[in-house]
Amino acid sequence: MGKMVLAVDDSKTMRDMVSFTLRGAGYTVVEADNGVNALKALVGKKVDVIITDVNMPEMDGITLVKKIRAQPQFAGTPVLILTTESDQSKKDEGRAAGATGWIVKPFSPDKLLQIVAKVCP
Amino acid sequence: MAEDQINDLSRFKATYFEECAELLANAEETIARLQDGSGTEEDLNAVFRCVHSIKGGGGAFNFAGLVRFAHVLETSLDALRSGRAQLTPHVADLMVRGNDILGDFVRAAQESVDLPSDHGHEVMDELAAITGGGGAQPAAKPAVAAAAAAPSGMKHWTIRLQPAVGLLRTGNDPLLMIRELHALGEVKVQADKTHLPSLSEMDSQESYLSWTITLDTDKPRAAIEEVFEFVAGDVAHVTIEEQAAPAASGAEGGGEGWGLFSPAPGNPDAPTPGTPIAAKPHPGTAGAVASSQGPVHTASIRVDLDKIDRLVNMVGELVITQAMLGQQTTHFSVESHPELIQGLQELSHHTRELQESVMAIRAQPIKALFSRAPRLVRDLSTKLGKQARLVMSGENTEVDKTVIEQLSDPLTHLIRNSLDHGIEMPEKRIAAGKPAEGTIHLGAEHRSGRIIIEVSDDGNGIDRKRVLEKAIEKGLVDKGAQMSDEQIDMLVFAPGFSTAAQVSDVSGRGVGMDVVRKNIQDVGGRVVVQSMPGQGSRFILSLPLTLAVMDGMLVAVGDERYVLPLTNIVESLRPTTQQARNLVDVGQVLVLRGEYIRLVPLHVMFEVKNAITDPTRGLVVVVETEGGDRIGLLVDELLGQQQVVIKSLDANYRPVEGISAATILGDGRVALILDTSALRAMGDRLPSIGTAVPPLALAAE
Amino acid sequence: MKDGDIPTIAGAVGESRQYISFTIGDEEYGVDIMAIREIKGWTASTELPNTPPYVRGVINLRGAIVPIFDLRTRFGGGPTEASARHVIIVVSVRSRVVGILVDAVADIITVVSSSIKPVPELEHKVDAGFLAGLVTVEGRMVALLDLESLFDVELNVEAA
Repeated sequence: MGKMVLAVDDSKTMRDMVSFTLRGAGYTVVEADNGVNALKALVGKKVDVIITDVNMPEMDGITLVKKIRAQPQFAGTPVLILTTESDQSKKDEGRAAGATGWIVKPFSPDKLLQIVAKVCP
Repeated sequence: MAEDQINDLSRFKATYFEECAELLANAEETIARLQDGSGTEEDLNAVFRCVHSIKGGGGAFNFAGLVRFAHVLETSLDALRSGRAQLTPHVADLMVRGNDILGDFVRAAQESVDLPSDHGHEVMDELAAITGGGGAQPAAKPAVAAAAAAPSGMKHWTIRLQPAVGLLRTGNDPLLMIRELHALGEVKVQADKTHLPSLSEMDSQESYLSWTITLDTDKPRAAIEEVFEFVAGDVAHVTIEEQAAPAASGAEGGGEGWGLFSPAPGNPDAPTPGTPIAAKPHPGTAGAVASSQGPVHTASIRVDLDKIDRLVNMVGELVITQAMLGQQTTHFSVESHPELIQGLQELSHHTRELQESVMAIRAQPIKALFSRAPRLVRDLSTKLGKQARLVMSGENTEVDKTVIEQLSDPLTHLIRNSLDHGIEMPEKRIAAGKPAEGTIHLGAEHRSGRIIIEVSDDGNGIDRKRVLEKAIEKGLVDKGAQMSDEQIDMLVFAPGFSTAAQVSDVSGRGVGMDVVRKNIQDVGGRVVVQSMPGQGSRFILSLPLTLAVMDGMLVAVGDERYVLPLTNIVESLRPTTQQARNLVDVGQVLVLRGEYIRLVPLHVMFEVKNAITDPTRGLVVVVETEGGDRIGLLVDELLGQQQVVIKSLDANYRPVEGISAATILGDGRVALILDTSALRAMGDRLPSIGTAVPPLALAAE
Repeated sequence: MKDGDIPTIAGAVGESRQYISFTIGDEEYGVDIMAIREIKGWTASTELPNTPPYVRGVINLRGAIVPIFDLRTRFGGGPTEASARHVIIVVSVRSRVVGILVDAVADIITVVSSSIKPVPELEHKVDAGFLAGLVTVEGRMVALLDLESLFDVELNVEAA
């Protein structure tokens, strides 16, 4: 069975690109457009990796990471946050919230696959 | 790999540009709120996110200029939302301009044209000043995140050469241009053959190929531009974009555009950066593309307009077919074929519901159309030195999407017109006892099965004397012609009447009132103007509610069949001789409950033979026109109510006065749908046409 | 054209086109076959009020509203007494679909451009502006119609 990835970003373009790349490599991808919907999407699914943007309406990525970590079944799940260069503070917040790592936007499909494979072998 | 990348991502460009359009519009609306003081902190966040998303996608597609600008805008928005900078009116204005320029970059990227490299630099500088940084610094590295340092001076360019019609005929040769590029540095060329037609269709003088070229050179951009100087923007589309060097694959973790926090949950046991990573990911099962689509949790779905149009058409055809079926079974009675009759009734009911639902899909709140108005009023009133405020009502009135698109320009022009010619300068207003600030009212509502949109102002009204003078000057009207106030007002719509392009071209196009009217008519609408000198003017647009299907009343006049929009019908009656009268200088009228209603005999208007000419023997259908007037149409009889699919007459022919469209009846015949407002106007002309008004049978009294 | 593999380039001398010829009374006319969408028998049309006499009305062509022009009337003759034996030639002119009412379809003719003669003034009944030229086919004279100028007024809304 392929691994399941949850991709969270309020930009449809981003979601499309991430999903396309990951599905092409054999992953199953579930999408959500903000933190609230992401949490809903997690219910009852065995998600192996979570990739989330930081700036989103309703619930931002950092808060999402905290909430994910608060759930015991996701305590050890890799969570990657998508940041932009100027967001050094976001990286720190991400780390503090318990994220596994970060990827800077924009990223190449290859890079994305590399990193996901790295955290989710 | 670079080429694959380009191919992979370009499929997302359409989505990206669609998204940008939405984001830019939302941002503009939100910024407007921030500008007039009714914005919240969340609004600042929202605008930040819009710009952030546009920048993110733009980076993925290597839109360098766009990303550079978006970055500066984003940074300043970040400063604002975190309180590091103040949202002063000046800053708010910068936001507005910034959003506009961002829109320029997006559009330029969409159309693959180059903007001048310093486009928007003033705004950029000012924005940077807000955040305290100097100039447009952290020039975002638009390409792939890795920042492999380029050897000094050496830059990496992506050039796209797309010949347009006639390139070869100017003596230019793409081959030579590419050779010139070779002289500048290392070149890789990829040809796009997708537009090559078959050999028999090819014109040997035309160029069907286009090329994507990567060039590594230390020569300045100008040298590259020189290669294309004879053709760029003219007989060829040329885009030249600088890239950061492509990332060396297999980059070590950390500092190269990604990283792992250590220690951190979820990290595999060897988190040390520096561990070489296999470039190939390992999917669980080799080759198995797990395409199970996870659900996307959003509340709406994007659909191609084509699909909706097809759906609308099919439902329209369904309505016709159902009507035809109904026609075939008029001989059957409920007793003889109970299930059939029952079934058909249900079919009719379901078809109607289906049609209403489908129509509702295309309907959108007219808010989308009105959204640019506040900004327009603000900008233009400032430019003209006038004071004006905008009041809107009925923004949630739903209208077909096409109507919104078609009306955007006309509406803009009407508002400009109000500000330019209607609203007076503040001093003049005060002298006239009016408040210094003028009011423009933009309203929409459903009425009598149509959408009524109103643009009104409390300005000076139409200067009839000047209008008449100008019309005479331009030869539109004879000197000394007698015209009513209304007729003079309507002159503003006459072709050739419009004044030259006004003050600042806010809408970017020099449209005139005649084009405004044509645009409105193109969607089946009408516009009239009402004006009171010194008090103001009202432009009233009336548009069909749905563009495809309508409830109609079929009437017979002689051997002809016509359809009247059901919503316009007030009542119908067979008048008595007391009610049907002949008034001197006016013509035939109906006296109904103390009101005089002009009688319009359709058989006269349409020259129908064998029709009933005596109103007391036929039927008079009283209908209401948009202006609220009533007329009585003389017909032979009513044939019944039915839903009709509206078919355009001017698709293949042209508009005919008195007829708004056509439809196909259950028996396959074409019936004309009548335009009550036009009929009223035609009715007004009756006595003067010279057509003999048949005298009423006074002898019968 | 001898060799099949030399592609025909538009405008070259010797190019030929096909026309469908039809009759109105004793006159024979031709219409570029590429403009023709279909040919059908006459069906009753719905009259359009306040239109020139040669505009017969509109018909339902598989759901589209198509205007019918009586060519005999257009050319100065009287109205055609249409019957089931008359023919409507449906053509496409500048992205509009219109039908022309004629007496009967005659033939498919191939005309070489060089053999098209200009229309002499005053010689032909029909306003020369509607014709692209004259050809002789098997001893008969066929007047080739210029559809665009024939329907210029009708389809040019701005002129209204």
